[in-house]
Amino acid sequence: MHHVVPLMLVGAGAGLIAGLFGVGGGILFVPALVVFADLGQLRAEATSLLAIVPVAAVGAWRQHRYGNLRLRAGLLVGALAIGGGVAGVTIANAVPERGLEYGFAALLLFTAFQVTRDELEQDDDGRTVGGEPR
Amino acid sequence: MRRTLQLAGVGTVAGLFSGLFGVGGGVVIVPLLALAMDFPTRVAAATSLAAIAVVAAAAGGLQAAYGNADVGEAALVGLPAVVGVVAGTALQQRLATRTLRLAFAALLVVVAATLIF
Repeated sequence: MHHVVPLMLVGAGAGLIAGLFGVGGGILFVPALVVFADLGQLRAEATSLLAIVPVAAVGAWRQHRYGNLRLRAGLLVGALAIGGGVAGVTIANAVPERGLEYGFAALLLFTAFQVTRDELEQDDDGRTVGGEPR
Repeated sequence: MRRTLQLAGVGTVAGLFSGLFGVGGGVVIVPLLALAMDFPTRVAAATSLAAIAVVAAAAGGLQAAYGNADVGEAALVGLPAVVGVVAGTALQQRLATRTLRLAFAALLVVVAATLIF
């Protein structure tokens, strides 16, 4: 089952989320490609990576215009991430897809817990209670 | 020097997850920059996008070499997403930091749930 309109709508929504939160959009691209384009998990992830490239590049350019981008830090993180990425892709080609899905879910839940706990330790002005402003 | 090494560590960990899970690594990079390195929320998001552009190009290229990527489908979701990211970055400038961070956490929980069930 292939649905062009839902794919494009989810794509636009993923871009919105990418811009809001600084993610690439893969967290929506991957499930959308599985559901609406009938791709398997591995193929959806590979296709998602390609789709992310222009989204992240344009988003970073917009953020540069807003004065938020630390380009040198971003390029450093990105460059070092390539080595890690090679290892990750190799592992992804070697382990069962269901294991990947559970691993990804566990990662997201852990991250959500960390972000929420950190935020709830701050007051409304974004100051750590008893600490320095962010 | 210490911050450079920290950034290198963030990049290596993010790349591993990026290659494993098919995301650009933002779900790892943003929290690490914001929580571990005290980047302001918007700066963390902006810097993450630049890093993601680099690593997604490399990891996506490798996946394409494996024959796993579908260029047509990537364009179908990716091009509308470029429009979306312009709107998203604009909207981000108008929202409170707390709203952004709690919404980000909620987003991660929702996506995790869709993967498990």
